[in-house]
Amino acid sequence: MKRELLKFLAFALFVCLVPLACRGGYLINVLLFVGINTMLAIALNLLLGYAGQISLGHAGFFGLGAYLSGILTVTYGWNPWLAMPAAAALVGCLAGLLGFPILKLRGHYLAMATLGMGIIIYIVFNETIELTGGPSGLSGIANLSIGSLTFDSDCKNYYLVWFFALVTVLFSLNVANSRIGRALKAINDSEVAARVVGVNARLLKVQIFALSAIICSLAGSLYAHCMTFISPASFGFNFSVELLTMVVIGGLGSVYGPFLGAALLTLLPEILRGANDYDIVIYGALLVLMVMFMPGGLVRGFPELRRRLAKRKGGVEHA
Amino acid sequence: MLRVENVNTYYGKVRALKDVSLHLGEGEIVALIGANGAGKTTMLNTICGVTPAAAGEILFRGEPVCALLPDRIVKLGISQVPEGRQVFKPLSVEDNLELGAYLRYRGGEGKKAIHNDMKQVFTLFPRLEERREQLAGTMSGGEQQMLAIGRAMMAKPKLLLLDEPSMGLAPLVVQEIFRVLERLRGETGMTILLVEQNAKAALKLADRGYVLETGKVVLEGPADELIENAVVKSAYLGKSKN
Repeated sequence: MKRELLKFLAFALFVCLVPLACRGGYLINVLLFVGINTMLAIALNLLLGYAGQISLGHAGFFGLGAYLSGILTVTYGWNPWLAMPAAAALVGCLAGLLGFPILKLRGHYLAMATLGMGIIIYIVFNETIELTGGPSGLSGIANLSIGSLTFDSDCKNYYLVWFFALVTVLFSLNVANSRIGRALKAINDSEVAARVVGVNARLLKVQIFALSAIICSLAGSLYAHCMTFISPASFGFNFSVELLTMVVIGGLGSVYGPFLGAALLTLLPEILRGANDYDIVIYGALLVLMVMFMPGGLVRGFPELRRRLAKRKGGVEHA
Repeated sequence: MLRVENVNTYYGKVRALKDVSLHLGEGEIVALIGANGAGKTTMLNTICGVTPAAAGEILFRGEPVCALLPDRIVKLGISQVPEGRQVFKPLSVEDNLELGAYLRYRGGEGKKAIHNDMKQVFTLFPRLEERREQLAGTMSGGEQQMLAIGRAMMAKPKLLLLDEPSMGLAPLVVQEIFRVLERLRGETGMTILLVEQNAKAALKLADRGYVLETGKVVLEGPADELIENAVVKSAYLGKSKN
């Protein structure tokens, strides 16, 4: 546990120092998105990586958090700091209610159900125009502020978002090493066996689903208050799939995997921008190669790759 | 200790248990034998709430447990060692054992008591202690069976349900496991319901036995009588040539 804590502190320090290295405002903005995506990927990883339950609708929870925060502050004039937990609580309740019937399903059926859920939420954003502004979006969302400090620049927002992201990392570290984490892994491996050792699998799955949705909602609120403008396009099915890709590429069931996945998938399009029309080809090829040669994800991939190379050199060494 | 009365269990429309009744006294070892598909595993799953009974009554120490969820039943003191071991393969031996004590952590029992019980499991199965950091999925079948039993022990059950502990294991390992079960009963007074296809070994260990056939109890009695019974002999023990 001590080593884990040191690792976390090093990671936190790294996150704090990165903005100093890059003066350019644009890059900071991208790194801010890495923070938001890290939160989302960690949330999905709790569900998918630990409990083994897939969700193709997590962008919906992200969007709900953003819209609830936006509507409460813009239309009803709430303080953003109040709107955020209120949104999270509402989304948590909704996910809990939906979770009970949905999580009885397994495998492809669960994927279908969560996919439907995400799409319905997306349609609601588009169609309830008087509430959400519809496809043209909702603007004029207030920035968060503490006293006289308003989070109105990319740099300030970077630290704000990463503060929350680091808390999420710490939280998931805690869950992973707890009795709950063990129980989740047990459900993932064999639900029947988990139940006969006394894990209330049905309830625990719903709880983790709701928890995951709450984290997504918080990330959504942060997104809304940082960008001050939101539109349904950011919360569609594509984004749910992108989140799933982040978790898988990063490494299922690990604490830092989701961060690596989020960082890679957020930064890669920016880096490839120079390749003009070929960027999407390179992007796809890289993902395919990664899945082929690092099936355990980035977080386990590098040590694994090194071992394989060493084996090839050593010739007869056994794994 | 345990009284099962006229239990019926269905899978969809298929009736897997037909008015099954059985009982276990305190500290008894009872064997449940029968061919494939006779309903042995269903019986165990019905007792521990995984496939609840549609009709009938199950009393555990006088308390009805028929309508309870599996975790409540574990809490009352019934643990199952499921068929095919079902250890949590990607977790370490130690984590598997700790999962066995899952409900006790929540019950506010000290880590110390749980740790002591883990030590007890290790004295019963020294091989597990040697491998406590190892991932369960990388161990041999016999070791996984030991782990599955150890995991069930960690819940501090009063009644242990074992589903074919000898499945797919070498005869020597089976002997070792059966010896441990006997020792368990001797040392802790554990009550054991043992489901087995290996009828001979099971009846040798057990005090009494039940024979299930297509969901019905067709025979019951003291184990040594069942072993001598002509029907059992021909159906489950293999005929002797003379």
